[in-house]
Amino acid sequence: MYRDFGTVLIFAMLAIVLVYVPLFIQSLVAPSQKTPDKLDNYECGEEPEGSAWVQFNIRFYVIALIFLIFDVEVVFLFPWAMVFKDMGMVAFVEMGIFLLILIVGLAYVWKKGDLDWVKYNVKYGRGRYRQKASQTEGETVGSI
Amino acid sequence: MIVDRLIEWFPTSAAWPGITFIVAVILCAVPVFLFIAVYALVAIYGELKISSFIQDKVGPMGQGVGLHAWRWGLLQPVADALKLILKEDIIPSSADKKLFILAPFIVFIGAFIAFSALPFSQTLIIADMNIGIFYILAVSSLGVIGIILAGWSSNNKWSLYGAMRSAAQIVSYEIPAALSIVAVIMLTSTMSMQGIIQYQSGLIWGFLPNWLLFNNPFTFLAFFIFFISGVAECNRTPFDIPEAESELVAGAFTEYSGMRYAFFFLSEYANMFVVSGVAASAFMGGWQSPIPGMLDTPGWGLFWFMSKSMFLIFMMIWFRWTFPRLRVDQLMDVCWKGFIPISLVNIFGVGIWHLIVG
Repeated sequence: MYRDFGTVLIFAMLAIVLVYVPLFIQSLVAPSQKTPDKLDNYECGEEPEGSAWVQFNIRFYVIALIFLIFDVEVVFLFPWAMVFKDMGMVAFVEMGIFLLILIVGLAYVWKKGDLDWVKYNVKYGRGRYRQKASQTEGETVGSI
Repeated sequence: MIVDRLIEWFPTSAAWPGITFIVAVILCAVPVFLFIAVYALVAIYGELKISSFIQDKVGPMGQGVGLHAWRWGLLQPVADALKLILKEDIIPSSADKKLFILAPFIVFIGAFIAFSALPFSQTLIIADMNIGIFYILAVSSLGVIGIILAGWSSNNKWSLYGAMRSAAQIVSYEIPAALSIVAVIMLTSTMSMQGIIQYQSGLIWGFLPNWLLFNNPFTFLAFFIFFISGVAECNRTPFDIPEAESELVAGAFTEYSGMRYAFFFLSEYANMFVVSGVAASAFMGGWQSPIPGMLDTPGWGLFWFMSKSMFLIFMMIWFRWTFPRLRVDQLMDVCWKGFIPISLVNIFGVGIWHLIVG
């Protein structure tokens, strides 16, 4: 056991060395003539407008949350799958109940429209993004 | 496995157990690195030539004076590597320098350490862990952290968009991939790579090899879900919206040049091999011969494993030059509204099939 994960540790440390050596060779053979223009950010040749460290869409956060729930679920499934053949029907029913709860959660998220990448607040939107009767016709919320 | 044998082989193992172990692992890791480098060169050349033939042109035919292999432009990947190492190393002045430097290291570590659990043949596996396949799934998602770091630290809008899309895509497609592997483990009752492959020996239905691909209709479906999710996790076309050249320049890697960029590129190809290797081991019998009982010595085992993996890599390249790119919302819909419900139902299917058919 310690041998297996010791191997992984040494592999990881060696990977750092193996990346560093070509970088070192590059620093020896490659030219280095830095100018302020060259060190600028690439923005299709224009001068960069402001910083890129801006607020970005909340949608990524929602996806990360849903992912966390499902990833933990998958981690729970692995030990169950190991003993499934020994326990048979009992294990199957138990995990069936567990999975059903999560499927209900997925259905809820789906219905609420949080799985829709491009969210509309126009009349064709779904879930909470459906346009209210009082709202005037809005624009599509942009996507990145 | 190989590490254990090397330790036994060293005469001084009793005196310096720690040193012997480290030397044995390094003796394993350096050939793995050389293998990745050579495989990447072959895959890049293959990609150039296959794409050219698909598009009805001839591809690279020569590299100019001094770098001219016999014909067919065989030295094109070598010329690419030389070009990359001779490029100026640029770190933008407004970037977060520490994270910018750290990112390629993390991406490469994630791709490299996954190779320590890949079973190349009956005897050729560096560490046959009891949680092998789970370990590979876990470390292959380490690359996301590197991509996020690369995108955020570059202080470039293209990089940020690319990194965010890439992270959202990779973590989403990890779930169907892992769920299809759960379907495999339900049948094999082991997570060790060698155990999973040994389960697939013999015949099924009288004439087919007992690969999990043919075991029942649900594992057949699981293979396709796993493989397509794997293609998406590698950010390959048709799922390459994070680095869509025509809109995001190079996605998270826009500001990288020279060897730093080369390591992202190398890691992408290494990840392709890991995904293909896992798909070949878990669903296509790994080093098992397609005709059970014939040609199944360790040497042939290596041949079978490599040919199955290379076939899957060829499929990925074929996909890339055949299918148009998916739009970003279609991409997430395919995962969350298609693959995840299907693979959840798949688990029930495998369970019911096992309880009824046996």
